[in-house]
Amino acid sequence: MTASNNLTHEGAPTMAGATYNFAYLDEQTKRMIRRAILKAIAIPGYQVPFASREMPMPYGWGTGGVQVTASIIGPDDVLKVIDQGADDTTNAVSIRAFFQKVANVAVTTRTHEATIIQTRHRIPETPLKSGQVLVYQVPIPEPLRFLEPRETETRTMHALEEYGLMHVKLYEDIARHGYIAKTYAYPVKVEDRYVMDPSPIPKFDNPKMHMSEALQLFGAGREKRIYAIPPHTKVVSLDFEDHPFEVQKFSEPCAICGSRGIYLDEVILDDRGGHMFVCSDTDFCEEQRNEH
Amino acid sequence: MYVAVKGGEAAISNAHRLLADRRRGDRDVPDLRIDQIAEQLSVGVDRVMAEGSLYDKELAALAIKQARGDLIEAIFLVRAYRTTLPRFGYTQPIDTEDMLVERRVSATYKDLPGGQLLGPTFDYTHRLLDPELAHDKQVDKPVTREGEHEKVVRVSSILAQEGLIEADGEMPEGRVPGDITRDPMEFPMERDTRLQALARGDEGFLLALAYSTQRGYGMNHPFVGEVRIGEVELEFEVPEIDFAIPLGTVQVTECQMVNKFKGSAKVPPQFTRGYGLVFGQSERKAMAMALCDRALRAGELGEDRTAPAQDEEFVISHADNVQATGFVEHLKLPHYVDFQAELELVRKMRAEQAKAASDAFDLAAE
Amino acid sequence: MNIDDDAPLLTVNGVGKRYGNRIGCADVSFDLWPGEVLAIVGESGSGKTTLLNCLSTRLEPDAGSICYRTRGGEMRDVYQMREAERRFLMRTDWGFVHQNPADGLRMTVSAGANVGERLMAVGERHYGDIRGKAIDWLGRVEIASDRVDDQPRAFSGGMRQRLQIARNLVTHPRLVFMDEPTGGLDVSVQARLLDLLRSLVAELGLSAIVVTHDLAVARLISHRMMVMKDGRVIEHGLTDRVLDDPHAPYTQLLVSSILQV
Repeated sequence: MTASNNLTHEGAPTMAGATYNFAYLDEQTKRMIRRAILKAIAIPGYQVPFASREMPMPYGWGTGGVQVTASIIGPDDVLKVIDQGADDTTNAVSIRAFFQKVANVAVTTRTHEATIIQTRHRIPETPLKSGQVLVYQVPIPEPLRFLEPRETETRTMHALEEYGLMHVKLYEDIARHGYIAKTYAYPVKVEDRYVMDPSPIPKFDNPKMHMSEALQLFGAGREKRIYAIPPHTKVVSLDFEDHPFEVQKFSEPCAICGSRGIYLDEVILDDRGGHMFVCSDTDFCEEQRNEH
Repeated sequence: MYVAVKGGEAAISNAHRLLADRRRGDRDVPDLRIDQIAEQLSVGVDRVMAEGSLYDKELAALAIKQARGDLIEAIFLVRAYRTTLPRFGYTQPIDTEDMLVERRVSATYKDLPGGQLLGPTFDYTHRLLDPELAHDKQVDKPVTREGEHEKVVRVSSILAQEGLIEADGEMPEGRVPGDITRDPMEFPMERDTRLQALARGDEGFLLALAYSTQRGYGMNHPFVGEVRIGEVELEFEVPEIDFAIPLGTVQVTECQMVNKFKGSAKVPPQFTRGYGLVFGQSERKAMAMALCDRALRAGELGEDRTAPAQDEEFVISHADNVQATGFVEHLKLPHYVDFQAELELVRKMRAEQAKAASDAFDLAAE
Repeated sequence: MNIDDDAPLLTVNGVGKRYGNRIGCADVSFDLWPGEVLAIVGESGSGKTTLLNCLSTRLEPDAGSICYRTRGGEMRDVYQMREAERRFLMRTDWGFVHQNPADGLRMTVSAGANVGERLMAVGERHYGDIRGKAIDWLGRVEIASDRVDDQPRAFSGGMRQRLQIARNLVTHPRLVFMDEPTGGLDVSVQARLLDLLRSLVAELGLSAIVVTHDLAVARLISHRMMVMKDGRVIEHGLTDRVLDDPHAPYTQLLVSSILQV
């Protein structure tokens, strides 16, 4: 999936040699990242350390996802980028424009047309198909980080499958609130082995990860970790038998397309508390409107 | 109305256009030239080279111009460019003893072979604003010493002759120096990779940590064995031919800190060391780095690790200002999907609490 | 129970640990039998805590071997086990009661979660059951069930220590290590705790190794005792025999000094 047509970065330094490779990263780096991705796919849910590079966007703004996308994208790919479910949020626009510039690839807002979908905080409502890759931007890849700050300790906990502490946290929630008060970045167990952070997607999206037909790749640039869920992999949200995992339910339909059973954004209409709920997934909303 | 709440391509492009305008400022003021920055803001350029980990004054100066003088932003630009460059190999270790020294001071000896050379330093200047600098002030030519270039022996070598200081660090058998820009960092680290991380660490962060060791949080009783600034030659060994090829020179600042001694019934006491080395002229950074290096060796030297500066994971994980600024500033990005989820939860909890309160009221009223 | 009562639970052979030139403990050998409580007594610096840490796999000895009979009946050298096996043992079959309860508890989670953690660590996933067992165990250590959601920070010293004991016993371990379990408590609180410990140990058929500097504690709780001085065991026998008829001059001194007070 590589091409080596050197593109000149518009507005780049005028000194000799200041040009960029296809999809920004040099081929050595892409090979290194692809090796990490292959290892991640081979051990679903395991965080593979990789030598994350500086990217032209800041850490915390999707550098992990961008590096993963840059390493797998080819000239024939069709790219979709979403942030908060929408194609037109600023960061999504910026990342899409980046790949148009450095890889000159086709882009789309249509979920079903895309071969690679890079996302921050959502999984599209339209079910993904075989052959598609969903690339998540991940801020904190370690699900145990808030229970144990030390990397040396958390790696040992994963190695020895010591996940009792994670359930202590869930137990405390139920004892205090009567239910598990975790609404996003809700931890999952992958293939009965590794506890994994699904990135800050709402827990509403967790079930979409389970047995997905698409390949799911997770990139954390600042924390230098890549992990993966291969297609048709078991992904279970942590819970108790008598307090099973549940997703958010919205009482109203989307005010624009009328859909139910999807994730909604609350839009404030005025300063007197007026609001309405609309689809978080803008492409899905548009498709629903076109159908009716 | 709905579209207005989402950002758009037009908004971004307008914002960038405004940024370009603000960067340029008043068009009646002449445009700043790269050579002006490189020549007259050279310490800032050096910092961008050091923390950007790329020795190129011209690119660093360009980055400062593009970043409107924001040095961390400039460092970021340089790093993002550097990471795309192909890697041909590694030069031979530089020999700082063979440095063409411009400044060299020692706090441990009044005088020593090679002498004390003050060089271009702010030390001993009175910090009085100079109104004449508001205009193009005439500046005298510097006085220079004539003579052949000679090696200037390092203070650590002088102390080492009597065995008074620990020897230069030896790499463990079979270990090749790590490269933090190519391999993922793993804790605990070896000293070679840790020094790399410190060398590109944020000057302000390392300065504060170094300062904290002086104030009792991980005290290590430092003396500046020496600080030296100057040009060193870079040599590259090509496998096909049997000798190293000189590539040119770079300016570096090196600090050898002499720290509290250590000994036991068997081993006679010896001073320990902390080491700092950075691109360009930056004594503050080199000294802070040396203090942090020494503090981080606490475990290796059998000292208690109680202070933040002695905690490798804490120091190294937070020293990189490009990572730090990115993650702090990412809080500006929209988080409304997560916020929506929290909003629903808080509403639910409030509703439950209100219901419990009204049930209790009803019960009391019965 | 499937415990083979005719074989020792723990066999310790020639265990030693040095700190540089100084001896931590040296040449310690003994067997511990199922249901038996062994007290290790001595002054501070005598090596008893070093020995306890070696036995409980918290500090690797540099001489000797420590073998434990697993539930499967197999005799295993605890330092030859893989770390995963050892950690599993420590959170199921073994317990460790620290002198300072804060070292053995999670101070920022509720009492219920403190007791439930070991159950969750071995895979229990029914919240109601876990909570029920936690409340049951709080009752057995005389903590009222309405304190189940309180954090140990809000507990008195004696309550914290009892909570630590409950947290250790919930998985029905076969061997519990205790390091000065009554140290730092008021005399009246000590007596109540000892009483509780003694009845729990008897009721559950636990084996225990208790380190204490207090001969009265040893007399109340242990069947056998070892006296340590300068890292070595200088006397070893049934508790009543050692206290009533001490053979070693040092033990005689220790016993007489206590009894005179």
